Amino acid sequence: MKIDAQGLYYRDLNIKIRDAVAGGAEKIELTNVNGQYYIGDGINRPVTITVNGVPGNDLGAFLNGATIVVKDNGQDNIGNTMNAGKVIVHGHAGDVLGYGMRGGRVHILKDVGYRVGIHMKSYNENKPVLIAGGKAGDFFGEYMAGGVLILLGMFSDDPDKAKHGFRFGTGMHGGVIYVRGQVDEAKLSREVGVFELTQEDQAELQEYLKDFCHDFKLDFKKVIGDTFVKILPKSKRPYGNMYCPMPR
Amino acid sequence: MKNIKPTHSFQKDISNCGLTGFISKSGKLVEGSVIIKSISLMHDRGNGLGGGFAAYGIYPAYKEFFAFHLMYENGPALQLTEEYLEQNFHIEQEEDIPTRRTPAIANPPVFKRYFVKPLETVEYKEAVEFKNMTDEDVVVHHVMRINNEIEGAFVVSSGKNMGAFKGVGYPEEIAEFFRLDEYKGYIWTAHNRFPTNTPGWWGGAHPFTLLDWSIVHNGEISSYGINKRYLEMYGYLCTMLTDTEVVAYMLDLLIRKHGLTPELASLALAAPFWDMIDTLPEEERKLLTAIRQVYGCALLNGPFAILFASNEGLIGLNDRVKLRPLVCAEKDDFVYMASEEAAIREICSAPDRVWTPRGGEPVITKLNKGVV
Repeated sequence: MKIDAQGLYYRDLNIKIRDAVAGGAEKIELTNVNGQYYIGDGINRPVTITVNGVPGNDLGAFLNGATIVVKDNGQDNIGNTMNAGKVIVHGHAGDVLGYGMRGGRVHILKDVGYRVGIHMKSYNENKPVLIAGGKAGDFFGEYMAGGVLILLGMFSDDPDKAKHGFRFGTGMHGGVIYVRGQVDEAKLSREVGVFELTQEDQAELQEYLKDFCHDFKLDFKKVIGDTFVKILPKSKRPYGNMYCPMPR
Repeated sequence: MKNIKPTHSFQKDISNCGLTGFISKSGKLVEGSVIIKSISLMHDRGNGLGGGFAAYGIYPAYKEFFAFHLMYENGPALQLTEEYLEQNFHIEQEEDIPTRRTPAIANPPVFKRYFVKPLETVEYKEAVEFKNMTDEDVVVHHVMRINNEIEGAFVVSSGKNMGAFKGVGYPEEIAEFFRLDEYKGYIWTAHNRFPTNTPGWWGGAHPFTLLDWSIVHNGEISSYGINKRYLEMYGYLCTMLTDTEVVAYMLDLLIRKHGLTPELASLALAAPFWDMIDTLPEEERKLLTAIRQVYGCALLNGPFAILFASNEGLIGLNDRVKLRPLVCAEKDDFVYMASEEAAIREICSAPDRVWTPRGGEPVITKLNKGVV
């Protein structure tokens, strides 16, 4: 089913999408999208929504099982409080991706902005995974409480840009970040440390990256063909002593 | 004339505004409909309490004269201001700013424009010969006096070959009201306002201007108090009840008066953190330390994305930790800057390059030599 979004106000577009989902559509293709907010928000059926154009902010917020494929660049706040399902962006994306995300996957082919993966969390089988194929801005994994962030630094439009920004992992107290190649330790926050991957980590990472490569038709061998490092928080309560020392 | 306006206590402006702008580096004139299309896409970033535009290259016939856009809330303000202008300026041309009645704009103030040059009065000769003031300094002085001393009169803009058009309404409504589709310029900026803690009034809409500086801003300048007091020491008086005003005056002080480059001025407004400065090579570390020491009171704290334009070009700047969005794009000799990529793609569907600047990293685009 196709919906032409040319000039459509975001509310009207989202009503059409919801009607299509309620009507049993399995594949919905949106054409001429430009800037409409909240596309695919809260959709809890396993439909696939393909977006042609640049979707507006808060794409796939509260997403609960659907798949959204963006053929162009994305904007800010993708996958806000996402629960399950998948968002695939074939370009770059903006700031605050995966905010409070608690399940599902977000795959961005190219660069991502500031505060990506902020406050991601996980519980039992609910484990969100966010992969950026390009480079990242500052505050990557800020206040991260759970889940998996992966930064490849491979597919960027800006060869001069650093792979990641400053204040990496600020306030991180759970979850794990994998980075292809090395990290710039001067840019890491005090709350995190760099570790080598265990065999279990390797197996888990390979599974995530195979899925990523499948979505973008990339050569998995090339993507996995460098060492990775693991970033973990040093403490589960980094600010426990900020105001008064905790009793031991 | 005595000062009868309240020296207000500042309230914070927490806002979710939208901004957009572009420049043709070679000076190609672009119709107002283009910027209107771009800002209209971000309609929902504002709430109808402020919209505005700045346009450069719109008055080529009077480009040697300062173009004063005046807003009058009442008849006596108009009369007093015109008397004041006649005493101090040669007025080459004066006219109503053309407007169109539109249902969205219920009670607009009166708008007039004057193309002027300072008159060689006794006061002017004194200023130039003994106070080392330039024509620009004299104009700034008069703008401050009108804004501060004539109740109900506000200088909306005062630069050469440029103008600001702003008011209460969504930007597309303000554009309709001011007939912006009838203007052509080589730099345009636009703003969609969402004020929460300062009044949504005609003078409080963006852009804020002084001479040919114009600023549109998304965010909240929590250092307003210290910035305002610092500017007062140099004769700048804040009268518009909104934080963004300080940015316009600060740039005038830093760049025009103190001779800083736009790059250095940006580093004063969004200075790197001390721990970052400490990691830099010796020369850079010394420079940035000096800037933070000398211009501590010019530092803008709080989240912001701003576009500032002048007859030199267009500059985009984020706060140091990028708490507001700013996206840039290039296509041929055009550079675009906006809160959302979609606002750029709406008027330039296939840019050569799209990128997001780092926090505190100014994006500086200058008009080619000879355009102005």
